[in-house]
Amino acid sequence: MDDSSNWMWELDGWIVAAGVLCAVASSLVGNFLVLRRMSMLGDAVSHAVLPGLAAAFLITGSRHSFPMFIGAAVVGVLTAILTQWIQNFGKVDEGASMGVVFTTLFALGLVMIVQAADTVDLDPGCVLYGAIEFTPLDTVLIFGWDVPRVVVTLGIVTLINLIFVVVFYKELKLTSFDPSLADTMGLRSAWIHYTLMTLVAITAVASFESVGNILVVAMMVVPAAAASLLTDRLPWLMVASAVIGAMSAILGHLAAIHVPGMLGYASTSTAGMMALVAGLLFSLVLVFSPKNGVLVNLVRRQHLSFSILGDDVLAYIYRVEEKQSVALESLNSMTRQWLQKQLLSSPIATSLVLFWFRLTGKLDWQGNGYRLSPTGHISAASLVRSHRLWEQYLVDQAGVASDRIHGQAEQLEHFTDRSVRDELERETAFPSSDPHGSPIPAEVAITERKFMDNSSTENPPS
Amino acid sequence: MLLLEDYNTRLVVFATTLLGLSAGVVGSFTLLRKRALLGDALSHATLPGIGLAFLLAPMLGFNGKSLPVLLIGAAISGSVGMLSILIIRNLTKLKEDAALGIVLSVYFGGGLSLLGLAQQMPEGHAAGLESFIYGKTASIIAQDAHWIVGAGVISLMVLVVLYKELKLLCFDDGFANSRGYPTIGLDCVLMATVVLVTIVGLQAVGLVLMIALLVIPAAAARFWTGNLFRMTLLAGFIGAVSCMLGSMISALAPRLPSGAMIVLTSAVFFLFSMLLGRQRGVVIQAWRRWTTRRRIDRRHVLRGIYEMLESQSLDPSTPPGEATAGTWVSAPRLLASRTWSARRMFAEVKRLREEGMLRTRDGELALTAAGWLEGRRLTREHRLWELYLITHADVAAERVDQDAERIEDCLEPVMIEELEALLEQSVTGGRVPLSPHEIDVSSRLVGGR
Repeated sequence: MDDSSNWMWELDGWIVAAGVLCAVASSLVGNFLVLRRMSMLGDAVSHAVLPGLAAAFLITGSRHSFPMFIGAAVVGVLTAILTQWIQNFGKVDEGASMGVVFTTLFALGLVMIVQAADTVDLDPGCVLYGAIEFTPLDTVLIFGWDVPRVVVTLGIVTLINLIFVVVFYKELKLTSFDPSLADTMGLRSAWIHYTLMTLVAITAVASFESVGNILVVAMMVVPAAAASLLTDRLPWLMVASAVIGAMSAILGHLAAIHVPGMLGYASTSTAGMMALVAGLLFSLVLVFSPKNGVLVNLVRRQHLSFSILGDDVLAYIYRVEEKQSVALESLNSMTRQWLQKQLLSSPIATSLVLFWFRLTGKLDWQGNGYRLSPTGHISAASLVRSHRLWEQYLVDQAGVASDRIHGQAEQLEHFTDRSVRDELERETAFPSSDPHGSPIPAEVAITERKFMDNSSTENPPS
Repeated sequence: MLLLEDYNTRLVVFATTLLGLSAGVVGSFTLLRKRALLGDALSHATLPGIGLAFLLAPMLGFNGKSLPVLLIGAAISGSVGMLSILIIRNLTKLKEDAALGIVLSVYFGGGLSLLGLAQQMPEGHAAGLESFIYGKTASIIAQDAHWIVGAGVISLMVLVVLYKELKLLCFDDGFANSRGYPTIGLDCVLMATVVLVTIVGLQAVGLVLMIALLVIPAAAARFWTGNLFRMTLLAGFIGAVSCMLGSMISALAPRLPSGAMIVLTSAVFFLFSMLLGRQRGVVIQAWRRWTTRRRIDRRHVLRGIYEMLESQSLDPSTPPGEATAGTWVSAPRLLASRTWSARRMFAEVKRLREEGMLRTRDGELALTAAGWLEGRRLTREHRLWELYLITHADVAAERVDQDAERIEDCLEPVMIEELEALLEQSVTGGRVPLSPHEIDVSSRLVGGR
C-alpha cells in the first residue's frame, strides 16, 4: 500500500467493510464479556488458538483456511472450558486461570510449529496479525460480484452473532446480570455461557485470521466499555457499541492512510490504527459522556460546591446583619477577605460567588463591605429559616442532642424548599425560635417582604 | 554438568532463572490482588513506547536501537498504561478486567501503528523490535542479564520494604484504606514493580512468556499454602526452577524454543500443584469433601435410628434404657426420614456394620451397644445446639433442626460443656434433652443434606 493516500473504493471500501463487520461482530458478543467481567477472554482466545492452527496444518498438510478455522475454533472453545475448569476445581481466580491456560496453549503451539518447521511455513507473526490490508486480494464470486472472502466470512459470523443475541436476548440478559436468579428460574446459564464462549472463539478466529488479532481484542472490549459509560439499557448498549465499533473501523482506516502522511511516512498498520481510534473514542466518552463522564461529574461537583458556598455567604451575611447592633464594626468590614476567612473558602471561589451575587443583585457593595440587597435578603432569610427549622425538628422529633444539630442542619439547609419548610414547621408546631434561641424568620414575612421591597427600595430593616 | 560448560547456555540459564524468581515473587502479589493479567496488559502497553523511542531517538541524537533507550521508552509507556488502568478503574464504573482489556488492545494497536512507521525509517528498518514480542531467549547477552539482575533486585527490595503494607492491600484493601494506607499509591508501587520486571523480561523472553512467568508460578504456589510469605518464596522457587529446567531442556534438544519450553515446564508444575497441592489441591479438596460427607452420613444414620427408637418407646420423657439397644427398626423408614439416596445410606450402613455399630437383617437395622451410645451422644449434641439456638440466638423452633445440623459438625467436647453451663438445664450428666420440636420420624423431608 505505497500509494494509498488516494481512496479507492474497490480497495479501501472492502478494507473498511471488513473492519466494520469485525467490529460489529466482536462488539455484539463483547458486550456480554464486559458485563460478565471476562474482557480478557478475547485476548486469551486469540493467543491460545495457535496449537489448533498448528494441529490443523499438521493433520491436513495444507494451509487451506477451513481446517485451520475448525482447529482454531475447537481450541478456542477448549480455552474457555479449561479456564472454567481450573477456576471451578482449583478455585483459582478468573484472570489467573485464563493466564495459565492461554500462555500454556500458546507455548504448546509454538513448540508444534517449530518442530514442524522443516515442512511448514507457518509464521506465528502472520497468525497473530493477519493483515487487513490484504483483504481485497482474495475474492470469491457471489451473485456475479467479486466479494473478498474475508468480508463473506465476517458477514456470516456477524449474522450468527446477531441471531444468537436476538434469539437468546432474555437468557443472555438474565444470565449476565444475575446468574443465580437465572439458575433458579430454570434457565441453563451454563449452557448459555458455553455457547457465548463458542461464539467468542469463532468470532476471534474468523477475525484474526483475516484482520489481525489486535483488532478483535480491541473491538470486543473497547466499544462495549465505551457504550456502557453511555447507557445502562442493554438494547442501547448493543446498538451504541456496534456504532462505536463501526466508527472506529472507518475512522481508523482513514487515519492509517492520512495521519502518517502528515508526518512524512507512508501509511501504517490499519488494524493498529482502528484499535487506537477505538481507544480515542473511548477516552472521549470517558471524559464527555453526559451520564457518567469525568467532565460532567467534575462540573456537577463544582457547581454544587459553588452553590453551597453561595448559600453559606448569604446566610452568613444575614446572621451578621441580624446581630447588627452588637457588631457594628464587623458589619462595616464584610469584605471578600473577611468572608473567606470566616467561611474557610478559597479566594477564587469566593470572588466568583461574590461576583455572581453582585451580577444577580443579591448583594450590594456599600462603602466598605457587602450588604444583602432586598432580593438577597429574601434568599438568605429562607436559608436561615430552613436551617433553624431543621434544628428545631432534629431536637423535637429526631431526639438529637442540641449541641450536635448545627452540623446536620448546615447540610440539610441547602436542599430544603418551601414545601419541606412548611412541613417542618407543622411537625415542630410552629416554633418562633430555634433550640439555640435565635428567631426563625417567618415564611409569610419573606413572601410579604418581596412585595414590599418591590414597591419601596428602603434600606432593609433588620 | 556438561550442558553448562557452554558460556552462552550458562548465561541464558542464569538470566532466565533470575527472571523466573523475581517474576514469581511479583506475580504472587498481583495474583492475590486479583490482577493476574496485569502483566499481560502492561507488557502490551510497553509497545508504543518502544516504537516511539525508536522513532524519536535519532532526532535527539541517540541510537534508536540501543537497549537503554528502548527500555526507557518501554518504561514510560508502561507507566502511562498503568495510570490509564487506574483512571479507568477509579473514575468509571468499569471493572478491572475491562480496564486491562482496553489498555492492552489500544496500546498494542498504537504500538503496531508506530512499528508500521518504524519499518519505513530511512536509517534501516526496525529489525529486532519484534524480539520484544517474541523474545530471543536463546540469544540473551551479558547486558540483558545485567538488566535482569538490576530490575530483579530493585523490585524484590521494594516488595520486602513494603511487605506489610502490600500484604494488607492484597488481603483487605478496604481495611487498608480505613487504616489510612495510601491504597492507590501502593497499587502504583505494585504495578511499577510489574512494569520493571516486565520490560527487562520482555525483550529477553518475549511477551507471552513474560505473562506466563507472572501468572503460572504464583498460581501454582497458591495451591500449597495460604501464607503469603511462604507463597512468595514458593512462587519464586517454582519460577526459577521452571526457567532453569526449561532453558536446559531447550539447550539439550534441537528445535525446542526455550521460551515455550519454560512455559510448558511451569505449566507442568502448575498441573502437579493443582492436583496435589496441600492447601487447595484438587485431590485434597475432594478428600476433605468426602470425609465431611462421610461424617455427616454417619451422624444421620446413627441419630436417625436413635430417634426412631426414642419415638417407639411409650413414654418419651423417660430416657430409653439399654434394653432398646437391640431393637430392630425398618430400613425403608430410615431412608424416608431424610433426603438421601438409598445408595448413599446403605454405603454408610455397611461401613457402620464393619465398625461394629450396627447389625442388619432383611430390611431392618439395629444398633449395637456401642452404636446406641454413639447415637445417643450425637442426638444429645444436636439437641443441645437446638436449645442453644432457640434460647440464645432467637431462631424459630421449626428452623433449628437445619441450623443445628450445620453447626454441630464442628462441635468440640469443650464446647459441649460450655453449652451445658450456658443452658443450665437438667441435661447434665450425659442425659439427652428432649427435642424442642416435633420429630416426624415416619416422613420427614427436611433435615437431611
